[in-house]
Amino acid sequence: MEFTVIYYLIPALIMFCCGVYGFITRKNMIAMLISLELMLNAVDINFVVFNRYLYPEAMEGMFFTLFAIAIAAAETALAIAIIINIFRSNKTVDVRTLNEMKF
Amino acid sequence: MESVGSIILYFVVALSMIVFSVLAVTTRKILRAATYLLFTLFAAAVVYFMLDYEFLGAVQIAVYAGGIVVLFVFSILLTSRPGDNSERLTSRSKALGFVGALGMLGLAGWALVSRCANFASLPAMESLTMSDLGTALMGTGENQYLLPFEAVSVLLLACIIGGVVVARKR
Repeated sequence: MEFTVIYYLIPALIMFCCGVYGFITRKNMIAMLISLELMLNAVDINFVVFNRYLYPEAMEGMFFTLFAIAIAAAETALAIAIIINIFRSNKTVDVRTLNEMKF
Repeated sequence: MESVGSIILYFVVALSMIVFSVLAVTTRKILRAATYLLFTLFAAAVVYFMLDYEFLGAVQIAVYAGGIVVLFVFSILLTSRPGDNSERLTSRSKALGFVGALGMLGLAGWALVSRCANFASLPAMESLTMSDLGTALMGTGENQYLLPFEAVSVLLLACIIGGVVVARKR
């Protein structure tokens, strides 16, 4: 048995679809953020796998993943700051009740 | 032909990635969802190690497992009581989620299996040394990444200031 590209891409695809499902069904903002992290990680794995299998002499996919991890960390920290701010003013992080800035 | 150990490792990693990511989006206790996310991130780090990108695996463990999951756990403890269950899903939102996720799974899975079912067995690669990574990050020539490196550092600074300003008590 030999591992081809598909052996790594199928688990990453399932991970991405779990992220999509969670992002649609979850109502808690932190749970939605967790689903978002799942999707980001699945895409990172895809970049690394294609880099390793198709262009083993180059490092583009690896560096893209490196910078994507850094940006994901920054984005998560900021999103959590916003969520805590929302919790402080509304006493909830349920997205269905957050419609004050809507109109 | 792979050794028996790496085949076993592959199946453990792939199964844990699939099972824990499904659990992370279906469990009703949100603290457990964060824990399952941690295990999924560890599985992704093991994938990076298996593909000979040791530095990337170490970064994944340090940044995600060490930083982001801790942030998640803190914010969960700040915004909800630990024993809380999220309410049961309505059948409508569940159906919507299933349609979205399974539609994407079917479409992308079909595209993957039909286009690249067998292509590219693992090519040989000399393992990356730290000096390779350092010259690639710190140069301005072709295939060198000083500009995005500096851009990320400015982004992190902006993120620190933004986080402080947004979460500050007035």
